[in-house]
Amino acid sequence: MSDEQVTARDAASWAKSVSQLKVSEVPEGALNLNVEGRRLASPIQGFGKMWQKTYQVRMPAERVSAAEVIATWKQRFPDFWPEGNRFYGPLTGIEPGDVALLNMTMPGRMKLSTGVMVLYADEESFTLMTPEGHMFAGWITFSATEIGGETAAQAQVLMRASDPIFELGLTMGGHKQEDRFWQHTLTALAAHFDHEAEVDTLVVCVDKRRQWSRWRNVRQSSAIRSTLYMMGAPGRALKRVFKRDRTVA
Amino acid sequence: MPEAATRFEVRAVSDGVSVIDIEGDITAQSEEVLMDAYGRASGEGVTAIVLNFTALEYMNSGGIGLLVTLLVRAQRQHQRMLAYGLSDHYRQIFELTRLDEAVGIHGSEAEALAADGGA
Repeated sequence: MSDEQVTARDAASWAKSVSQLKVSEVPEGALNLNVEGRRLASPIQGFGKMWQKTYQVRMPAERVSAAEVIATWKQRFPDFWPEGNRFYGPLTGIEPGDVALLNMTMPGRMKLSTGVMVLYADEESFTLMTPEGHMFAGWITFSATEIGGETAAQAQVLMRASDPIFELGLTMGGHKQEDRFWQHTLTALAAHFDHEAEVDTLVVCVDKRRQWSRWRNVRQSSAIRSTLYMMGAPGRALKRVFKRDRTVA
Repeated sequence: MPEAATRFEVRAVSDGVSVIDIEGDITAQSEEVLMDAYGRASGEGVTAIVLNFTALEYMNSGGIGLLVTLLVRAQRQHQRMLAYGLSDHYRQIFELTRLDEAVGIHGSEAEALAADGGA
Protein backbone atom coordinates (compact mmCIF):
# COMPACT_ATOMS: atom_id res chain seq x y z
CA MET A 1 0.00 0.00 0.00
CA SER A 2 1.29 3.47 -0.79
CA ASP A 3 1.42 6.50 1.55
CA GLU A 4 -1.43 8.08 -0.36
CA GLN A 5 -3.71 5.12 0.40
CA VAL A 6 -3.12 4.92 4.15
CA THR A 7 -2.18 7.21 6.96
CA ALA A 8 0.27 5.62 9.36
CA ARG A 9 -1.23 4.77 12.77
CA ASP A 10 1.45 6.87 14.43
CA ALA A 11 1.12 9.90 12.13
CA ALA A 12 -0.63 12.14 14.66
CA SER A 13 1.88 11.28 17.38
CA TRP A 14 4.99 12.60 15.63
CA ALA A 15 6.04 16.23 15.32
CA LYS A 16 5.98 17.61 11.82
CA SER A 17 9.37 17.89 10.16
CA VAL A 18 11.14 21.15 10.97
CA SER A 19 14.49 22.42 9.78
CA GLN A 20 14.87 24.96 12.58
CA LEU A 21 13.14 25.42 15.92
CA LYS A 22 10.80 28.31 16.46
CA VAL A 23 9.71 29.55 19.87
CA SER A 24 6.14 30.75 19.47
CA GLU A 25 5.91 32.58 22.78
CA VAL A 26 8.46 33.48 25.45
CA PRO A 27 6.73 33.37 28.84
CA GLU A 28 7.49 36.14 31.35
CA GLY A 29 10.70 35.39 33.23
CA ALA A 30 11.96 32.87 30.69
CA LEU A 31 15.27 33.33 28.93
CA ASN A 32 15.28 32.37 25.25
CA LEU A 33 18.93 32.18 24.22
CA ASN A 34 19.74 28.87 22.61
CA VAL A 35 16.63 27.55 20.94
CA GLU A 36 15.33 29.87 18.23
CA GLY A 37 16.69 28.90 14.84
CA ARG A 38 18.53 25.85 16.15
CA ARG A 39 18.30 22.40 14.58
CA LEU A 40 17.46 19.31 16.58
CA ALA A 41 20.34 17.01 17.47
CA SER A 42 20.11 13.24 17.83
CA PRO A 43 22.81 11.10 19.50
CA ILE A 44 24.31 10.74 16.01
CA GLN A 45 25.24 14.44 16.02
CA GLY A 46 26.67 14.44 19.57
CA PHE A 47 30.29 14.30 20.70
CA GLY A 48 30.66 12.17 23.84
CA LYS A 49 30.17 8.55 24.76
CA MET A 50 26.65 7.31 24.07
CA TRP A 51 24.55 6.42 27.10
CA GLN A 52 21.16 4.91 27.70
CA LYS A 53 19.91 5.74 31.18
CA THR A 54 16.68 4.29 32.50
CA TYR A 55 14.94 5.51 35.65
CA GLN A 56 11.86 3.61 36.77
CA VAL A 57 9.42 3.79 39.65
CA ARG A 58 6.66 1.25 40.30
CA MET A 59 3.25 1.99 41.79
CA PRO A 60 0.29 -0.28 42.56
CA ALA A 61 -1.83 -0.56 39.40
CA GLU A 62 -5.05 -0.37 41.46
CA ARG A 63 -3.98 3.09 42.57
CA VAL A 64 -3.05 4.46 39.15
CA SER A 65 -3.18 3.17 35.58
CA ALA A 66 -0.48 3.70 32.95
CA ALA A 67 -2.78 6.01 30.98
CA GLU A 68 -3.42 8.14 34.09
CA VAL A 69 0.30 8.42 34.77
CA ILE A 70 1.03 9.67 31.25
CA ALA A 71 -1.95 12.04 31.17
CA THR A 72 -0.88 13.58 34.49
CA TRP A 73 2.80 13.68 33.56
CA LYS A 74 2.01 15.50 30.31
CA GLN A 75 -0.32 17.97 32.01
CA ARG A 76 1.90 18.77 35.00
CA PHE A 77 5.34 18.01 33.61
CA PRO A 78 7.23 20.93 35.26
CA ASP A 79 5.64 20.34 38.68
CA PHE A 80 7.74 17.23 39.31
CA TRP A 81 11.10 18.83 38.55
CA PRO A 82 13.64 19.70 41.26
CA GLU A 83 13.62 23.26 42.54
CA GLY A 84 15.70 25.80 40.61
CA ASN A 85 14.88 24.32 37.19
CA ARG A 86 12.11 25.74 35.04
CA PHE A 87 10.29 24.22 32.08
CA TYR A 88 8.38 26.85 30.13
CA GLY A 89 6.03 24.81 27.97
CA PRO A 90 2.53 25.43 26.66
CA LEU A 91 -0.10 25.51 29.41
CA THR A 92 -2.18 22.99 27.50
CA GLY A 93 0.26 20.16 28.21
CA ILE A 94 2.56 18.33 25.85
CA GLU A 95 1.74 17.95 22.16
CA PRO A 96 3.91 16.83 19.23
CA GLY A 97 5.88 19.77 17.82
CA ASP A 98 5.65 21.94 20.94
CA VAL A 99 8.85 23.79 21.78
CA ALA A 100 9.59 24.49 25.43
CA LEU A 101 12.27 26.69 26.99
CA LEU A 102 14.35 25.32 29.84
CA ASN A 103 16.13 27.49 32.39
CA MET A 104 18.34 25.22 34.46
CA THR A 105 20.55 25.70 37.50
CA MET A 106 23.95 24.11 36.98
CA PRO A 107 26.76 23.43 39.49
CA GLY A 108 28.24 26.68 40.79
CA ARG A 109 24.74 28.24 40.57
CA MET A 110 25.34 28.90 36.89
CA LYS A 111 22.13 29.47 34.94
CA LEU A 112 21.73 27.70 31.66
CA SER A 113 19.15 28.55 29.04
CA THR A 114 18.18 25.88 26.55
CA GLY A 115 15.07 24.07 25.30
CA VAL A 116 13.47 20.93 23.93
CA MET A 117 10.94 19.95 21.30
CA VAL A 118 8.20 17.37 21.79
CA LEU A 119 9.23 14.79 19.19
CA TYR A 120 6.51 12.25 19.89
CA ALA A 121 3.47 11.99 22.15
CA ASP A 122 0.67 9.44 22.51
CA GLU A 123 -1.34 7.98 25.42
CA GLU A 124 1.47 5.66 26.47
CA SER A 125 4.57 7.80 26.11
CA PHE A 126 6.08 11.10 25.06
CA THR A 127 9.56 12.06 23.93
CA LEU A 128 11.49 15.32 24.19
CA MET A 129 14.38 15.95 21.79
CA THR A 130 17.17 18.44 22.35
CA PRO A 131 18.43 21.21 20.05
CA GLU A 132 22.06 21.79 19.05
CA GLY A 133 23.97 23.39 21.92
CA HIS A 134 22.01 21.57 24.64
CA MET A 135 24.03 19.70 27.30
CA PHE A 136 23.45 16.54 25.36
CA ALA A 137 22.33 15.50 21.90
CA GLY A 138 19.49 13.02 22.08
CA TRP A 139 16.09 12.51 23.56
CA ILE A 140 14.23 11.47 26.69
CA THR A 141 11.24 9.16 26.48
CA PHE A 142 8.72 9.14 29.31
CA SER A 143 6.47 6.11 29.38
CA ALA A 144 4.24 4.01 31.59
CA THR A 145 3.30 0.34 31.39
CA GLU A 146 1.29 -2.03 33.56
CA ILE A 147 3.20 -5.16 34.54
CA GLY A 148 1.95 -7.78 36.99
CA GLY A 149 -0.31 -5.58 39.08
CA GLU A 150 2.07 -2.65 39.04
CA THR A 151 2.30 0.49 36.96
CA ALA A 152 5.87 1.30 36.02
CA ALA A 153 6.60 4.93 35.17
CA GLN A 154 9.86 5.39 33.34
CA ALA A 155 12.17 8.06 31.99
CA GLN A 156 14.75 6.83 29.49
CA VAL A 157 17.53 9.06 28.18
CA LEU A 158 19.44 8.24 24.99
CA MET A 159 22.28 10.72 24.69
CA ARG A 160 25.77 11.84 23.89
CA ALA A 161 27.29 14.96 25.46
CA SER A 162 27.04 17.64 22.79
CA ASP A 163 30.65 18.84 22.94
CA PRO A 164 33.95 18.28 24.78
CA ILE A 165 33.10 20.79 27.55
CA PHE A 166 29.80 19.13 28.36
CA GLU A 167 31.51 15.71 28.15
CA LEU A 168 34.01 16.86 30.76
CA GLY A 169 31.20 18.28 32.88
CA LEU A 170 29.24 15.03 32.71
CA THR A 171 32.31 13.03 33.69
CA MET A 172 33.02 15.35 36.62
CA GLY A 173 29.69 14.99 38.38
CA GLY A 174 27.21 15.87 35.67
CA HIS A 175 26.04 12.28 35.21
CA LYS A 176 25.36 11.99 38.94
CA GLN A 177 23.50 15.29 38.91
CA GLU A 178 21.38 14.09 36.01
CA ASP A 179 20.66 10.83 37.84
CA ARG A 180 19.51 12.84 40.89
CA PHE A 181 17.36 15.05 38.65
CA TRP A 182 15.35 12.20 37.17
CA GLN A 183 15.25 10.24 40.43
CA HIS A 184 13.74 13.32 42.09
CA THR A 185 11.26 13.71 39.22
CA LEU A 186 10.04 10.10 39.43
CA THR A 187 9.85 10.21 43.23
CA ALA A 188 7.74 13.37 42.96
CA LEU A 189 5.54 11.74 40.32
CA ALA A 190 4.93 8.71 42.56
CA ALA A 191 4.27 11.03 45.53
CA HIS A 192 1.60 12.79 43.47
CA PHE A 193 -0.22 9.44 43.41
CA ASP A 194 0.34 9.04 47.19
CA HIS A 195 2.99 6.42 46.74
CA GLU A 196 6.48 6.33 48.19
CA ALA A 197 8.97 4.25 46.24
CA GLU A 198 12.62 3.84 45.36
CA VAL A 199 13.67 4.70 41.82
CA ASP A 200 15.49 1.92 39.95
CA THR A 201 18.33 3.26 37.83
CA LEU A 202 20.02 1.41 34.98
CA VAL A 203 22.88 3.05 33.09
CA VAL A 204 24.30 1.42 29.95
CA CYS A 205 27.18 2.79 27.89
CA VAL A 206 25.99 2.06 24.34
CA ASP A 207 29.12 3.38 22.67
CA LYS A 208 32.42 4.07 24.46
CA ARG A 209 33.82 6.01 21.54
CA ARG A 210 33.76 9.77 21.41
CA GLN A 211 32.97 11.36 18.04
CA TRP A 212 35.94 13.70 17.77
CA SER A 213 34.76 14.96 14.39
CA ARG A 214 31.94 16.68 16.36
CA TRP A 215 34.17 18.73 18.67
CA ARG A 216 33.15 21.87 16.81
CA ASN A 217 29.68 21.57 18.38
CA VAL A 218 31.24 23.64 21.16
CA ARG A 219 30.57 26.74 19.03
CA GLN A 220 26.88 26.38 19.84
CA SER A 221 27.32 25.50 23.51
CA SER A 222 24.40 26.76 25.57
CA ALA A 223 26.73 26.83 28.61
CA ILE A 224 29.15 29.25 26.97
CA ARG A 225 26.41 31.41 25.50
CA SER A 226 24.43 31.48 28.76
CA THR A 227 27.57 32.40 30.74
CA LEU A 228 28.43 35.23 28.35
CA TYR A 229 24.86 36.47 28.61
CA MET A 230 25.00 36.45 32.43
CA MET A 231 28.36 38.28 32.37
CA GLY A 232 26.80 40.95 30.21
CA ALA A 233 23.92 41.53 32.64
CA PRO A 234 25.47 44.55 34.49
CA GLY A 235 26.22 46.26 31.17
CA ARG A 236 22.65 45.72 29.95
CA ALA A 237 21.27 47.11 33.23
CA LEU A 238 23.42 50.25 32.92
CA LYS A 239 22.32 50.69 29.30
CA ARG A 240 18.67 50.54 30.37
CA VAL A 241 19.28 53.20 33.08
CA PHE A 242 20.95 55.60 30.63
CA LYS A 243 18.21 55.04 28.06
CA ARG A 244 15.54 55.80 30.69
CA ASP A 245 17.37 58.98 31.81
CA ARG A 246 17.58 60.22 28.22
CA THR A 247 13.86 59.61 27.75
CA VAL A 248 13.04 61.55 30.96
CA ALA A 249 15.36 64.47 29.97
CA MET B 1 6.28 -7.05 28.58
CA PRO B 2 3.90 -7.14 25.58
CA GLU B 3 4.98 -9.22 22.60
CA ALA B 4 6.35 -7.21 19.71
CA ALA B 5 4.06 -7.32 16.64
CA THR B 6 7.05 -7.45 14.36
CA ARG B 7 8.84 -9.84 12.06
CA PHE B 8 12.38 -9.42 10.86
CA GLU B 9 13.50 -11.70 8.03
CA VAL B 10 17.14 -11.77 7.01
CA ARG B 11 18.39 -12.31 3.45
CA ALA B 12 21.98 -12.44 2.25
CA VAL B 13 21.93 -10.75 -1.16
CA SER B 14 25.66 -10.97 -1.75
CA ASP B 15 28.83 -11.87 0.13
CA GLY B 16 29.04 -8.50 1.80
CA VAL B 17 25.43 -7.34 1.99
CA SER B 18 22.49 -8.54 4.09
CA VAL B 19 18.92 -7.26 3.92
CA ILE B 20 16.62 -7.18 6.96
CA ASP B 21 12.95 -7.18 5.88
CA ILE B 22 10.91 -5.42 8.55
CA GLU B 23 7.24 -6.28 8.86
CA GLY B 24 4.86 -4.77 11.42
CA ASP B 25 5.77 -2.44 14.27
CA ILE B 26 9.02 -1.11 15.64
CA THR B 27 8.81 -0.09 19.29
CA ALA B 28 11.05 -0.47 22.31
CA GLN B 29 9.58 -3.98 22.69
CA SER B 30 11.15 -4.96 19.36
CA GLU B 31 14.68 -4.79 20.77
CA GLU B 32 15.27 -8.50 21.23
CA VAL B 33 13.98 -9.54 17.80
CA LEU B 34 15.71 -6.67 15.99
CA MET B 35 19.06 -7.32 17.63
CA ASP B 36 18.64 -11.05 16.94
CA ALA B 37 17.97 -10.25 13.26
CA TYR B 38 21.03 -8.01 13.18
CA GLY B 39 23.11 -10.83 14.69
CA ARG B 40 21.95 -13.16 11.89
CA ALA B 41 22.51 -10.51 9.22
CA SER B 42 25.93 -9.53 10.45
CA GLY B 43 28.01 -12.53 9.45
CA GLU B 44 31.70 -12.52 8.68
CA GLY B 45 32.61 -10.25 5.79
CA VAL B 46 29.33 -8.32 5.85
CA THR B 47 30.08 -4.68 5.14
CA ALA B 48 26.55 -3.34 4.61
CA ILE B 49 23.19 -3.90 6.26
CA VAL B 50 20.14 -2.85 4.24
CA LEU B 51 16.88 -2.27 6.13
CA ASN B 52 13.72 -2.85 4.09
CA PHE B 53 10.91 -0.71 5.55
CA THR B 54 8.34 -1.47 2.84
CA ALA B 55 6.07 -3.38 5.27
CA LEU B 56 6.62 -1.12 8.30
CA GLU B 57 3.22 -0.37 9.83
CA TYR B 58 4.00 1.56 12.99
CA MET B 59 6.98 3.12 14.74
CA ASN B 60 7.13 5.17 17.91
CA SER B 61 10.02 7.08 19.46
CA GLY B 62 11.20 3.90 21.21
CA GLY B 63 11.57 2.38 17.75
CA ILE B 64 13.71 5.26 16.50
CA GLY B 65 15.89 4.86 19.59
CA LEU B 66 16.37 1.20 18.68
CA LEU B 67 17.46 2.13 15.16
CA VAL B 68 20.06 4.53 16.59
CA THR B 69 21.39 1.75 18.82
CA LEU B 70 21.45 -0.61 15.84
CA LEU B 71 23.35 1.98 13.81
CA VAL B 72 25.98 2.28 16.55
CA ARG B 73 26.42 -1.50 16.60
CA ALA B 74 26.83 -1.55 12.82
CA GLN B 75 29.35 1.30 12.91
CA ARG B 76 31.37 -0.59 15.52
CA GLN B 77 31.59 -3.45 13.02
CA HIS B 78 32.59 -0.98 10.26
CA GLN B 79 29.37 -1.72 8.41
CA ARG B 80 27.35 0.79 6.41
CA MET B 81 23.64 1.01 7.05
CA LEU B 82 21.21 1.68 4.22
CA ALA B 83 17.44 1.79 4.03
CA TYR B 84 14.70 1.64 1.42
CA GLY B 85 10.94 1.40 1.25
CA LEU B 86 10.29 4.26 3.67
CA SER B 87 6.94 5.99 3.17
CA ASP B 88 6.96 9.79 3.04
CA HIS B 89 5.84 9.82 6.68
CA TYR B 90 8.75 7.69 7.91
CA ARG B 91 11.19 9.47 5.63
CA GLN B 92 10.18 12.72 7.37
CA ILE B 93 10.79 11.09 10.75
CA PHE B 94 14.28 10.07 9.63
CA GLU B 95 14.88 13.71 8.60
CA LEU B 96 13.39 15.12 11.81
CA THR B 97 15.58 12.90 13.99
CA ARG B 98 18.52 13.39 11.60
CA LEU B 99 18.94 9.65 11.25
CA ASP B 100 19.10 10.27 7.50
CA GLU B 101 22.55 11.81 7.98
CA ALA B 102 23.96 8.43 8.98
CA VAL B 103 21.69 5.99 7.14
CA GLY B 104 21.65 6.10 3.34
CA ILE B 105 18.02 6.27 2.23
CA HIS B 106 17.03 4.87 -1.15
CA GLY B 107 13.87 4.30 -3.15
CA SER B 108 14.32 0.59 -3.84
CA GLU B 109 16.48 -2.38 -2.98
CA ALA B 110 18.23 -2.14 -6.34
CA GLU B 111 19.13 1.50 -5.69
CA ALA B 112 20.39 0.69 -2.20
CA LEU B 113 22.55 -2.15 -3.50
CA ALA B 114 23.85 0.01 -6.34
CA ALA B 115 24.73 2.76 -3.84
CA ASP B 116 26.59 0.26 -1.68
CA GLY B 117 28.42 -1.09 -4.70
CA GLY B 118 29.43 2.43 -5.66
CA ALA B 119 30.77 3.27 -2.20
